[in-house]
Amino acid sequence: MVAIARGWLLVIVVALGISALSYFGLNAYMQQILFYIAINVMLAASLNLVNGFCGQFSLGHAGFMAVGAYVSALVSLHFHPFEGALEILNFPIYLIAGGLCAAAMGFFVGMPSLRLRGDYLAIVTLGFGEIIRVTLLNLDVVGGARGLYGIPGNTDFMACFHAFFWAGTTVLLLWRLVHSSFGRAFLSVREDEIAAECMGINTTRIKVLAFVISSFFAGAAGSIFAHTTNALNPASFQFVKSVDVVIMVVMGGMGSLTGSVVGAIIVTILPEALRPLQEYTHVDLRMVIYSLTLILLMIWRPAGILGSREWNQLKFWRKNAPAA
Amino acid sequence: MRRLNQVLVAICCVLSFACTKKNEGGGSEAATEIKVGQYGSMTGGEATFGQSTDKGIRLAIDAKNAAGGIKGKKIVLITEDNQGKPEEAAAVVKKLITQDKVVALLGEVASTRSLAAAPIAQQYKIPMISPSSTNPEVTKRGDYIFRTCFIDPFQGPVMARFAYNNLKLRKVAILKDLKSDYSLGLSEFFAKKFKELGGEIVSEQTFQTGDTDFKGQLTRIRSSEPEAIFIPAYYTEVGLIARQTRQLGIKAILLGGDGWDSPKLFEIGREAVNGSYFSNHYASESPVPATQDFIKKYKEKYHETPDGLAAAGYDAAQVLLLAMENAPEITPTAIRDQIAKTKDYQGATGKITINADRNADKDAFIVKVDGKVLKFVTLLGP
Amino acid sequence: MQELVQHILNGLNLGAIYALIALGYTMVYGVLQLINFAHSEVYMVGAFASYYGAIQFHLTEKPGWGAFAIALLISMTVCSLLGLAIERFAYRPLRNAPKLNTLITAIGVSLFLQFSGQVVFGADPKVFPEVLQDSTLYTFGEIQIQLFDVTIFVVAIVAMLALNWFINKTKTGMAIRAVSFSFRSATLMGINVNWIIAVTFILGSSLAGVGSVLVGLKYPKIDPLMGTLIGLKAFVAAVLGGIGNLPGAVVGGLLMGLCEEMVVAYLSSTYRDALAFGLLIFILLFKPSGIMGQTRVEKV
Repeated sequence: MVAIARGWLLVIVVALGISALSYFGLNAYMQQILFYIAINVMLAASLNLVNGFCGQFSLGHAGFMAVGAYVSALVSLHFHPFEGALEILNFPIYLIAGGLCAAAMGFFVGMPSLRLRGDYLAIVTLGFGEIIRVTLLNLDVVGGARGLYGIPGNTDFMACFHAFFWAGTTVLLLWRLVHSSFGRAFLSVREDEIAAECMGINTTRIKVLAFVISSFFAGAAGSIFAHTTNALNPASFQFVKSVDVVIMVVMGGMGSLTGSVVGAIIVTILPEALRPLQEYTHVDLRMVIYSLTLILLMIWRPAGILGSREWNQLKFWRKNAPAA
Repeated sequence: MRRLNQVLVAICCVLSFACTKKNEGGGSEAATEIKVGQYGSMTGGEATFGQSTDKGIRLAIDAKNAAGGIKGKKIVLITEDNQGKPEEAAAVVKKLITQDKVVALLGEVASTRSLAAAPIAQQYKIPMISPSSTNPEVTKRGDYIFRTCFIDPFQGPVMARFAYNNLKLRKVAILKDLKSDYSLGLSEFFAKKFKELGGEIVSEQTFQTGDTDFKGQLTRIRSSEPEAIFIPAYYTEVGLIARQTRQLGIKAILLGGDGWDSPKLFEIGREAVNGSYFSNHYASESPVPATQDFIKKYKEKYHETPDGLAAAGYDAAQVLLLAMENAPEITPTAIRDQIAKTKDYQGATGKITINADRNADKDAFIVKVDGKVLKFVTLLGP
Repeated sequence: MQELVQHILNGLNLGAIYALIALGYTMVYGVLQLINFAHSEVYMVGAFASYYGAIQFHLTEKPGWGAFAIALLISMTVCSLLGLAIERFAYRPLRNAPKLNTLITAIGVSLFLQFSGQVVFGADPKVFPEVLQDSTLYTFGEIQIQLFDVTIFVVAIVAMLALNWFINKTKTGMAIRAVSFSFRSATLMGINVNWIIAVTFILGSSLAGVGSVLVGLKYPKIDPLMGTLIGLKAFVAAVLGGIGNLPGAVVGGLLMGLCEEMVVAYLSSTYRDALAFGLLIFILLFKPSGIMGQTRVEKV
């Protein structure tokens, strides 16, 4: 119990710290980047649960993000439970609504798909992601192809705190999950499904569980996205977005939560850091570099930056402490 | 424990660097420059729109700078490409306003992208002039949003009247683009007026920007035996549609709106687009002196005949420059007030008066496609 | 009735294109068990290769079968070379790695080519040169049979028959079939696996090249992103017919085209793309081996 309390405290302190820094120290451009970092951390960590820890390759993450984003946007446009001083309590409601719907979608997608293996699972999840996007494109109630505009929400101190609070919560909850008996079940399914089945683990149930939890956090990330950009368009949730998240996970290391955080930060900052290059050469090479990185990563260091180690397993920490 | 301390110190150092990047002071009045932002689709399916508009705008601004600028200050045009995507339009407009600190915005041609950017311009109170977005919703986004062209509630009925009265058509089919606010709005207004006049819309089919195959929709249309097909879309798809129409043996006349205006229309559509009519913001054969004057200057600078988008861009830039000249000071609000007062400005696309809805009351030119040339047919007013 | 016949014709024409590209996917999957995501981009590069080739060699000045043949040759050559390069530099290093890594690499290559294409060719669409002129061959009432449509259909069928003959009746074909069963055993039998894989890629990519020229003639707009959607649908077609099965690819392609046409005509054009994925999910859930495929037994 103490561990959990310490975890939450750390999350709150970090979130407050980053928000204060952002509000008082950074300009609008940098603040936007911070929000994207929070969103990407949630996406990467949740995808890592399915891809890295459970070994099921899902390419449809953008679809769940889209569901979460649109649902929470619709809820916030039509429904204001708390007014006035208690307004800060509104946002968690929108977020959880989005997350739950995304989780439900994850269940519907996962149940039939998780029977498939490897390549086929990847393609089917890709398919579902695209179907979700095309459906949203054709639903007039969410604006269809024109998109949904005027979603309430801004990028001030409270919003920043919310974003990082939820990002921290995601990482914390997933950390606890992975270091529990569920986590060991996920790993066993990844290593050898048939052996896991022999050991009495209901592999289908485990896989669907991982999928649903992962979709919840993807939906939560989507709702933060919706409320910071104030406008949604199905074009933001194409296959390329899913690939973005895959790059983050692969770069950080599949099977390492710290890796996902690191990967998310790098992948968010890299295109912005490369923007001067674009202005210099007048040509947008960012996506080219992006995809080239993915190829080189898979050929030369498929384990990613951290492999499957977490931050407390790095050699860095062992140097001076006598009792390792 | 020691390691932990080291890491925390390192983080603090990094963060302290980040702190130094705070907002550089506001104020878009740098000593000798006036910054104007332009956002358009320089690449993508409607690339010629952005590129033509850009040429027209530059013609106006370069001429003004050569004549001494505004109150001695040079006008700097900062252009951003939105690649034809609405979310990109929103992002670059945000960048132009918050990072480049422009005092005014020019853009966009496509209504969908203008609609994406308008709320942002309104939020930051930067005046925005769209040279050729025709969907009525654009200017409804706020009192800082203007346009120097006509709107679809006018353009649709114009084509309907032309089809009914001039071409004596009674049965028309519509093929519209579901991804484009422009297409949906224009087809709605056309259909309403055409039915009012006594005509019949025999079939209404849809497609999406980016589609290349329209045989399914056209086969359905063929069965309804229309005399003409109204295609309120952009030139790339129109070209492909026209070809496939003739491949299916459909002899109906093709009608369209200002989205057809591009040199690429004939390149893609070939003979299939010959003999079609569409409504436009201007015609190169118009006898109005201001139009011919613009064409002459444009040919001098770029060695080619301008299309409607370039003319519209030129006019929008001129209206902005005029407003800046008349404004007591070069601030967004003052410029905005002057734009609203624009009256009887003789532009290359006609006489521009900004009315109470921040739109321009103008006439529409109907042109006929004949190879690479657009022949002037008639001028229709409200 | 005439309308229905026209729709069926349209669907078959659409399907023939998918069939041609699906053959490439199915060949590579049959040998390497790899979904070559980059295939659609090879197709796109082929279209641009013939675009620039036509400008370079002034092919539009004398349109006809000669110019068409030259355009085809250019496209096929460039596509084969590109396919070989991709195999050599992106897939071969990962021959012994887990399948997942190769899949991710394939996605990476596909995206890399797409974005490089946008940088090199420019993102605005270009008009494909008219190296051959379309004409109406026959007319039945309202229905016109166009030259291009017939050409595409004939090429797809001929390609499938030729490939089938090649795989089943020649020595190299037998080697390809051996490699698809087991790399090691094939090597033990004296087959140069690298060379065989190279041949597979050449065959598949050349077909993509042929397809791109034919599609460029029919729908003259080409842009760097043209391959994505059509590649995905062709892949679904290959899975529909049974991935690894050559006649299956053609059957799947034609079926795909027909379904798409019917959806556009009688439902709404907005669902035409979702249909592809819907079909994919449907077939993978109910008959993963496809219409003409055989179920494989997996031993533990």
